[in-house]
Amino acid sequence: MLTLEKLRVQQGDFDLSADFSLQEGARTAVLGPSGAGKSTLLGMIAGFVQTMSGRVLFRGDDITHATPGARPIAMLFQDNNLFPHLDVTQNVGLGVTPDLRLSADQKAKVFGALDRVGLAEFATRKPAALSGGQQSRVALARILVQDRPLILLDEPFAALGPALKAEMLDLVSELALENGATLMMVSHDPADARRITDQTILVADGVAHGPQPTATLLDNPPPALQAYLG
Amino acid sequence: MAGRPVTIKAWPGAMAATVVAVIVLGTLLAVALRAEQGRGLSPSDWAAIRFTVWQAILSTLFSVALAIPVARALARRHFFGRRILVALLGAPFILPVVVAVLGLLAVFGRKGVLNGGLAWLGLPEVQIYGLHGVVLAHVFFNLPLATRLILQGWQTVPSERFRLAAQLGFGPRDIWRIIERPMLARAVPLASAVIFAICLSSFAVALTLGGGPKATTVELAIYQAFRFDFDLGRAALLSCVQMVLVGSAAFVALRVSTKEGFGRGLDRPIARWDGAGLASISLDSVSIVMASLFLLGPLSMVVWDGLAGVLAMPSQVWAAAGISILVSLGSTVLLILLAVPIAVAAAGRHQWFEVVGLLGIAASPLVIGTGLFLIIYPIADPFALAFPVTALVNAVMALPFGLRVLVGPVRDVVQSYGPLSASLGLTGWSWLRVVLVPRIRGPLGFAAGLTAALSMGDLGVIALFADPEHATLPLQMYRLMGSYQMQAASGAGLLLLVLSFGAFWICDKGGRSDAHT
Repeated sequence: MLTLEKLRVQQGDFDLSADFSLQEGARTAVLGPSGAGKSTLLGMIAGFVQTMSGRVLFRGDDITHATPGARPIAMLFQDNNLFPHLDVTQNVGLGVTPDLRLSADQKAKVFGALDRVGLAEFATRKPAALSGGQQSRVALARILVQDRPLILLDEPFAALGPALKAEMLDLVSELALENGATLMMVSHDPADARRITDQTILVADGVAHGPQPTATLLDNPPPALQAYLG
Repeated sequence: MAGRPVTIKAWPGAMAATVVAVIVLGTLLAVALRAEQGRGLSPSDWAAIRFTVWQAILSTLFSVALAIPVARALARRHFFGRRILVALLGAPFILPVVVAVLGLLAVFGRKGVLNGGLAWLGLPEVQIYGLHGVVLAHVFFNLPLATRLILQGWQTVPSERFRLAAQLGFGPRDIWRIIERPMLARAVPLASAVIFAICLSSFAVALTLGGGPKATTVELAIYQAFRFDFDLGRAALLSCVQMVLVGSAAFVALRVSTKEGFGRGLDRPIARWDGAGLASISLDSVSIVMASLFLLGPLSMVVWDGLAGVLAMPSQVWAAAGISILVSLGSTVLLILLAVPIAVAAAGRHQWFEVVGLLGIAASPLVIGTGLFLIIYPIADPFALAFPVTALVNAVMALPFGLRVLVGPVRDVVQSYGPLSASLGLTGWSWLRVVLVPRIRGPLGFAAGLTAALSMGDLGVIALFADPEHATLPLQMYRLMGSYQMQAASGAGLLLLVLSFGAFWICDKGGRSDAHT
C-alpha cells in the first residue's frame, strides 16, 4: 500500500496537500486543471519535489527522504525518457543496472522485455531511428525490466496520436498487470482514465483528493472537475 | 518541476574550484607579502605602466575600428570562401604568439616583403620594433576577434528587420541610423573591453617586438626584474600593479559581457536588400580583401619560410617539441579535471562556481608564475619544476574559455536528463560515464583542443622558469630568433604551427567523430 500522510508542498503561491492511500495493484488516474499540481503530486511521490511536511510510506516503510532511484518506483516523464546517444538495448539495460555492465542473465532479461514489446529486431538502433510509438515501447520495456511495484506515468504519450496513445495505454496496463504493479498516471483526457483506470484522484484548489471510482467521478463530476471538463 | 538536483554532487566541483582559487589567490598573496612596503614605483615602472595602457588603447582602437567594415561586409555579402574566412577568423585564438610574430617580421620586418617593396619604390623603410610593432601584432590577433564579436552583433539583428527596412525603402544612412548604430552601440563596448583586457596582459608580443625603456609592458618588466635582476621585491610590486590593471579591465569586460562566447554558427549570412550601391560594394570588397591579406600574408610567410628552414633546425628543436607536446597534454588533462567538475557544480544550484573559474581571466600568468616561484623556492628548485608549473598555469589560464564552452551543454544535460537519470539511480561515476561524457563529447573535445593549442604555443611562465638547457618549443624558437638564426627559427615556427593546430584538430575531431545524436 502507498500512503501519503499529510503530505504538503509549498513553492511561492503554489500549495498542494495530499492525504490518502492507494491499494496495491490499483490503477489510478490523476485528473485536474493545468497548473493544479498533477505533476507535482507525482514528483512528491517519486522524490523530485522536496516536501515541506508529511510522510510517504510504501508497505509501511518511510521513503519520504529516499533518493528517486532508491524508491520502489519506475517513472516515465512527458519527454526525455530515452538517452539519444544510447541504443535501444542500452536504454533498456539502464533499468537493470545503471552502470550498464550486464551479465548474461541480465542481457537475456533485456532481450525478453524487448521481445515482449515487439522491438526485438530494433535492439541496436538509436532512438532517433525509431518512430514515436517505438520510442514509447522502448521506455515501456525498461519499465518492465525495472520491475518496480509502483509505476508512475506523467503523460509520456501526450505527443502520440489518439490510436497510438490508446495502444500504449493498453500495453502499459497489461505490463502493470503482469508485474502486479500499482499504476498511477497523470492525464488530460478523461477517456484515458476510463480506458485503463479503475479509480481517479482529482487535483484541484491545492488539494489532491483521495481516489474515487473513475466512472462514478466522471459521470457525476464535482464543480471543480466540471469546470475543467467543460 | 522544481526539484532537487539529485544527480549533482557539488563536492568535486568545490574541490576543483578551491584548487583554482588557491593557485590564483594564493600566488597573489605570496607576491603581495613579498612586495616591499614604502618602496614605491620607480620612473621606469611608471613608464612601463604608461606604455602598457597606451599600447592597449591604441591596439583596441585600431582592432575595433577596422573590424566594423569587415564584419559588415561579412554580414551582408555572400561570396566564395566566406565560410573559410569566418572560420579563419577563429584561428588567431589558437595561433602561438611567437609564430605570428615571425610571420609579421617576414612581412613588415627589416628584410620583409613590405620594406622590399618600399625600397624598390625608393621609399624609406618602416620600423617594426617598438610601439608600432606591438600595436601591429595586437591588431593582427584582435582584429579577427573583434570582427567575430561584432559579426555576432550583426547576426543578432533579426532578418525580418532588414526585410522591413527594404520594404520601407531605407537608404544606407537610414539603415545605419535605425538598425546598425544601435546594434554597434551594444557590440562595440563589449569587443573593446575584452580586447583592452587582453592587450593589457600582453607578454610574448612585448618580449619579441617591444623591449627597451620605451616599449616595455608591465608583464615584461616583471619578467626582467625576475630574470635579469632577480629583484623579487620589484617583481612582486609590479605584479600587484598588473593585478590591479588586468583585474579592473577584466571586471569591466565581464560587466558588459553577455553569455555568448565563441560565436559558433556565424557562417550564415543574413538575407539583405541594401548595399547594392557601387560605393558599398567597393567598401565591402576592399575590407574583405585587405583583412584576408593582413591575416593570410604573415601566415603564408610562416609556412613558406618554414619549409625552407625545417632542414636547418638544430636537434634541440625536436627535443623542445617533445617537451611541448608533454606540457600540452598535461595542461589538457588538468583542464578536463578542473573544468568538468566545476561545470557540473555550476550547472546545478551553485552558479557562482563559474565565477571562480573566471579568476583565470583576471590573473596574469607572470604574476601566478612569480607567486609559484616564491612559494616553491624555499622548498624545492623551481627550475626543476618548470614544465609541470607551465602545464598547470596554462590549464588555469585556459579554464575561463573551457568553462564558457562547457557550462551551457552540461546544464542542458542536467536539465533534460536529470529526472530520468535520478529515477534510474544513475549517479556518480555511472552518470558521468553513461550520460554526461557521451552527451558533451563535442564541446569537451573543443575545450580540450583550445587548451592543447594554447598550452602548446604558450610563451609566458616558461620564460620565467626555464633553465638554459631545456625549453619548450615556443621558448626554443624565441631563443633562435634572439640569436638571429632566423632560418632555424622559421622551421621551428612551422613545426609549432603544425603542432598547435594539429593538437586542436585532433581533440576537436575526437569530440565530434562518431558523434552521438
